[in-house]
Amino acid sequence: MATGSAPPARETALALWQRGERALDAVSGSALNPMRHLGALGFQCFWLLAVSGVVLYGVLDTSVAGAYRSIAELSRQPWYLGGWLRSLHRYAADAFVVFMLAHLLREWLFGRYRGFRRFSWLTGVPLLLFAFVSAIGGFWLNWDRLGQFSAIATAEWLDALPFFASPLTRNFLAVASVGDRLFSLFVFIHIGMPLLLVFGLWFHIQRLSRAAVFPPRALAVGVTLALLTLALALPVANQGAADLAIAPATVALDWWLLFVHPLMYASSAGALWLLVGATLSLLFALPWLPQPAAPAVARVDPANCNGCRRCFDDCPYAAITMVPHPNGRIARQLAQVNADLCASCGICVGSCPSATPFRSAAELATGIDMPQRPLNTLRLAMESQLAALQGDDRIVVIGCDRGARVTALEGAGVTSLSLICAGMLPPSFVEYALRAGAAGVLVTGCREGGCEFRLGALWTQQRLFGEREPRLRASVPRERIEVTWADAGDEPTLVEALNALRRRVAPVARPAQMGVRHG
Amino acid sequence: MDRIPSRPTPLAWVGQFLLYGVFALVIGVFSRWPQYRHLEDNQALIKLSFTHAGKRVAECRQLSADELAKLPPNMRSTMKCERERAPVRVEVDIDGAPAVRHVAEPSGLSKDGASAVYQRLTVAAGEHRIAVRLKDSAGGSGFDYQREQTVKLAPAQILVIDFDAEKGGITLQ
Repeated sequence: MATGSAPPARETALALWQRGERALDAVSGSALNPMRHLGALGFQCFWLLAVSGVVLYGVLDTSVAGAYRSIAELSRQPWYLGGWLRSLHRYAADAFVVFMLAHLLREWLFGRYRGFRRFSWLTGVPLLLFAFVSAIGGFWLNWDRLGQFSAIATAEWLDALPFFASPLTRNFLAVASVGDRLFSLFVFIHIGMPLLLVFGLWFHIQRLSRAAVFPPRALAVGVTLALLTLALALPVANQGAADLAIAPATVALDWWLLFVHPLMYASSAGALWLLVGATLSLLFALPWLPQPAAPAVARVDPANCNGCRRCFDDCPYAAITMVPHPNGRIARQLAQVNADLCASCGICVGSCPSATPFRSAAELATGIDMPQRPLNTLRLAMESQLAALQGDDRIVVIGCDRGARVTALEGAGVTSLSLICAGMLPPSFVEYALRAGAAGVLVTGCREGGCEFRLGALWTQQRLFGEREPRLRASVPRERIEVTWADAGDEPTLVEALNALRRRVAPVARPAQMGVRHG
Repeated sequence: MDRIPSRPTPLAWVGQFLLYGVFALVIGVFSRWPQYRHLEDNQALIKLSFTHAGKRVAECRQLSADELAKLPPNMRSTMKCERERAPVRVEVDIDGAPAVRHVAEPSGLSKDGASAVYQRLTVAAGEHRIAVRLKDSAGGSGFDYQREQTVKLAPAQILVIDFDAEKGGITLQ
């Protein structure tokens, strides 16, 4: 995985993270690896919170006198259903921040905060604030000793700002100070903030096509069952009704959500403000720090674009729009690339029906292409590399710059081509390689759920298996093709796949070669 | 070319079961443990908090005829009252030892708002002699309000030192 000129500490942390991902791949498979679906898992927890929260709001008495009692009564419902629901709500909130922070960490480690991803990063940072404000506010609604502790600690923290004419803490000096109006404010915070969160999440995924707002079904079921079991096994208990005459000396703190309070008491309110301000400022500033020059974006050739919309459909970042074709023909469209949104992944090239190496033009020109690695260059490279190989069992390995290094496989009878993303591969390229003399083709890219450009590996797999346009033709012998997904550092998997392919395409087992036919 | 079968092996099932178990355990454990001790067993809390507007820095005075003449006709009020208020100075002694020495500036750009104070003091539970002094006027060196009282605080009890002019000034409750 290339992350440009990342600091050594980040590179080390990234290597550790990837090691962890591979370890979990062995357990759950890359498609169901939770470390590869952190954003979607965050969404899932949010849906769980929303559903359980609506029910809880229905039974909550939003008055000072009634709040604690109504929640306590909930726990006495038959079959413990109310307490189960309340516990699920709490644990879903805990899991939400865990997934959210892990998602943030992963994106940072992979350097996904700059360039075309800047928008998603910048719209993601405020979500941290919304999530924690909402979560902390939820504890106050219960108005037990933990809620009392959290409300007063928050008020003391806010009072450090020079904005309030009267200290907020005065609202919690005596029993009579806390009124139902203050409780209405608590409700507003706990419900208003999630609404802001929904709004923010909508912005956050605006520039993604097919954003994953639900994890794969098996993963969603696993996480939900885990939280439900936890809610049953370790139910969340009230910690005694709030009493403003008595300080909650010891509380069973939810460290996932309330760690800021001990942090403040261990330092000071000012120090905590400084820490929060510095952290948020740094997160906001990250995309503006010096960074490598952005690669060239996809380029459309109007003469070869027939307006088929496949690139429009397949672009993972909604960087392509369709506009009227300049040739003036009625209903004819032309793809147009928005340079600010383009990830320079080349997935659009793989989707373009004109991107076929069988075209007879001396210089292959496609409807859409990557200037830094045009398809014509790739075709020439493959032809020359194949010609340089000896023997009847020549293999072409086609991979991507982000996945396992395909150059590591080069040797006797094996040549390789590395694309920007596996999704850049037009399926006809595989057939072309076979017709040009290759005995077999090994296609690889990042593991499922690990594609640097989200959908590249998935699209290529679907195209090769005939499930997505442009499809690999049915007449192409499938036994001469191997598809294996392997991340950077996972080269041994590639070697295994190569050996398997070699055994299949050994000259004794292979019928007569196909010939190259342009047209 | 075949799709890699996605059916997990029995070992993978066990692994996933453990994975979700560890996930739930970590979430559950740190949602309640370790307990956070905010106060020691034998400690009590004193909260000094008030919002009180100090007296005006200058007394209201009658404007002279010359001063009135310089004003626009619609602004010729005979009394001139400065808006600025005096800062409120507060001192608290606990068992004879100084615990708080604080000057609360008036709020507002023109310093015409109330002065606010909030401070928490952790003390050992038991009997204490509390002396509170408050000055809200600009001139003089003495205090405008004073109160001294012996209180007995139970562990974790909160004593609030407030100021309420209607109740005679400094209150301990």
